[in-house]
Amino acid sequence: MADASLGLWTVPLAVFGGAIRVSTPFLFVSLGECITERSGRINLGLEGTLVMGAMSAYGISYLSGSPWLGVLAAGITGALFGALHAGICSLPRVNDIAVGIALMLLGTGLAFFLGKPLIEPTAARLPAIDFGWWSDIPQLRAALRINVLFLIGVAIAPLLYWAFRTTRWGLLIRTAGESADAARAMGHSVLLIRLRATMVGGFLAGIGGSFLSLFYPGSWNEGLSSGQGITAVALVIFARWDPMLCLWASLAFGGAAALGPALQSVGITSGYHLFNAAPYILTLAIMIITCSPKRTLTGAPAELSITR
Amino acid sequence: MDFGRISRRHLLQGSAALALGSTLGIRSAAAAETTVGFIYVGSRDDYGYNQAHAQGAAAVKKLPGIKVVEEEKVAETDAVEKTIESMVNLDGATLLFPTSFGYYNPHVVKMAGKFPKLHFEHCGGLWTDKDPKNAGSYFGYIDEAQYISGIVAGYSTKSGKLGFVAAKPIPQVLRNINAFTLGARLANPKATTQVIFTGDWSMPVKEAEATNSLIDQGVDVLTCHVDGPKTMVENAARRGAMVCGYHVNQSPLAPKAYLTGAEWNWEALYPKFVKMITAGEAIPNFYRGGLKEEIVKVSPYGEMVSAEARKHADDVKAKFMSGEYTIFKGPLVDNKGKMVIASGTDRGQQDPELEKMDYLVEGVIGATA
Repeated sequence: MADASLGLWTVPLAVFGGAIRVSTPFLFVSLGECITERSGRINLGLEGTLVMGAMSAYGISYLSGSPWLGVLAAGITGALFGALHAGICSLPRVNDIAVGIALMLLGTGLAFFLGKPLIEPTAARLPAIDFGWWSDIPQLRAALRINVLFLIGVAIAPLLYWAFRTTRWGLLIRTAGESADAARAMGHSVLLIRLRATMVGGFLAGIGGSFLSLFYPGSWNEGLSSGQGITAVALVIFARWDPMLCLWASLAFGGAAALGPALQSVGITSGYHLFNAAPYILTLAIMIITCSPKRTLTGAPAELSITR
Repeated sequence: MDFGRISRRHLLQGSAALALGSTLGIRSAAAAETTVGFIYVGSRDDYGYNQAHAQGAAAVKKLPGIKVVEEEKVAETDAVEKTIESMVNLDGATLLFPTSFGYYNPHVVKMAGKFPKLHFEHCGGLWTDKDPKNAGSYFGYIDEAQYISGIVAGYSTKSGKLGFVAAKPIPQVLRNINAFTLGARLANPKATTQVIFTGDWSMPVKEAEATNSLIDQGVDVLTCHVDGPKTMVENAARRGAMVCGYHVNQSPLAPKAYLTGAEWNWEALYPKFVKMITAGEAIPNFYRGGLKEEIVKVSPYGEMVSAEARKHADDVKAKFMSGEYTIFKGPLVDNKGKMVIASGTDRGQQDPELEKMDYLVEGVIGATA
C-alpha cells in the first residue's frame, strides 16, 4: 500500500470497526434491559442510568486514577438506580413506564449537575487489547484495538441465553415475567425477583456508560450518550427479548453508526443525513417487516405492561 | 382559561415582590459597581465555544468595580428572556452578553426594546437599522486564524491529506473549511482537505467515528468546527495524528499532537467593551474584526512545527495585523470547477458576500449537501 490509503475498502473496515467500537454501550444496556423485561417490568430509565454510569465512572477514574474502579462505581450507581426504579414500582398501582421516564430525566439531570467539574479534566482511560498484531495495515490494527468490556459483553450474551433456559434463576425470572400468579403459587416473591432483575439490569447499563466515558469516545461531556440508552431499550423489543439477538442487533447498530462518516470519508457525500439516520431506518424497517396485526410480538413476556 | 389567568397573576405578584426585594436589599451595594451578565447556551467548561466566552467573562471579573453574573445551558428559546429578566431585575445587570447565535432574534431584540436604558451585546447576530439602538452585535473573522492553522497544517502533513470534522454546512463553517484549505495549499499546493459533516454541534460518537474514518483514509492533520473539539483532539492524538484546535487552546489535551489552533480572543474584547460602557462611550452597533482587531487569535505553535512553517505563518499573520491581506480573492474556483470569485475581485474581511458562502473551494473533498 503505497500511500497508506485503502480507498473504498475503508467503508467495510469502518463498519466492522464501528461495530466493535460503538456497539458496546448498546450491548450492555440491551442485555440489562433484557433481564429486567424478562422479569415482567420495563425500565425506560436506562438512558439516565447510562449517563449516570458514564459520569460516575469518569469521576471515580479521575479521582482514584484507576479506570477499573470507575467501571465498578458505574455498575454500583446503575444498580442503585435499578433498585430505586424497582422500589417505586413495588408500590401499588405505580406505572413502570412513567417511573422509567422520571428516572431517565433524573439520571441525566443529576449526571449533568454532578458532572459539571468533570468536563475539563482528563481521567485515566480503560486499556485496549491489541488483536491486530498480525497485520501490517494500520487501519486494521486500529479497528482491532478492542476493549475488554466489549469481550465481556459478547461473553454475557450466550451466558444469559443459556441461563434463561437451563438455570433455576433463569426459570424464576421467566416465570415472574410470564405469569406473576404462577411465581406466587410457587412461593416466590415476584417483587423481590423483579427488584433483583432490575438491579442487575441497571448494573449492566451503568457499565455500558463507563465504556462511553472511559474508552470510546473516551471523555465525559453532556452530549455523550445522545439517546443511545433509549435506542438500546428499543433494541430489546427489536431483538425479541433474546440475548443472542441483542448481541447481533447491537453490532448492527454500531456498524450502522459508522456508515455515515465512513461514506463521507471516501467521497460519497450526497445524502449524509440519510446515512447518519441508518440505524433508525434499520429499526423501522425490521419492525414493519416483522409485525403482524393478528398476534402479539413473539417472545414478549406476558406480564409486561405493554403486552398485558 | 381560569388556570392561565391565575398562574399569570401569581407570577406577576411573585416577580413584583422579588423586584421590590432587590431594590430594597441590593441597591446600596450595587450603586458602587456595574453588574455584567453573561449567558451561555452550553456548559462553560466544554473546551469549546462556551469556554471561550467564559474566559472573556473571567477577564471582565478582574476589572475593579465590576460584578459578573453568569448562567449556562440556557436554551435558545423564551428561556433566555427569563434569564435576562432575572439578571436585570434580581441582580441589577446593566450590560448583558447573550453569547449564542439563536438568542438574537426575536429574544434579545425584544428585551432590548423592553429595557431601553440597558446595553445588550450579542455574539454573532446581524444588527440592522430596524433593531433597537441599545442592542449591538459583534463577531470575529476566525477564518483568518483558520488560514494560519491551514498554513501550519500544510507544512506538517506528510500525506498531503488534511481532515475537517464539521457540524453543519452553514456559511460560517464553510468559510472556515475554505480558509483552512487555502492556507494549507499556500504551503503545499497539492494538499487536500477531506470534510465530514456530523449533522449537529455536539455529537461525540459521530465526531469520534469521523476522526477515525479520516485517519483510516490517510489523513494526518485534523481540525474541526463543532462545539466541543475535545473528542476530535483526544481521539486523533490517540491514533497518532496531528491536530489544529478550535475555539480555545486545546494543547493541554494533546501536547504532543497540537500544532496550533484558531481561538476566540474574548478576553481581550470583553474588558474593552465594559470599559467603553462604564466610560460612557458608545460601542458601534455592528462590531466585527479579526486578528488585527484582537477578536481572534492563533494558539502558540506546538514543538513539532517546523521553522519554515513558523516563518511563513508569522509572515502572513503580520500582514493580517497590518490589514493588507485578503484570503478570498479571485480567481477562485470551487471543488466542482465553477468560478466563484472572478479574477481581479477581492473579497475582503468585511465583504457581506462571504457571509453567504455556500461552496467549498478547490482542494476540499466533500459536498455542502
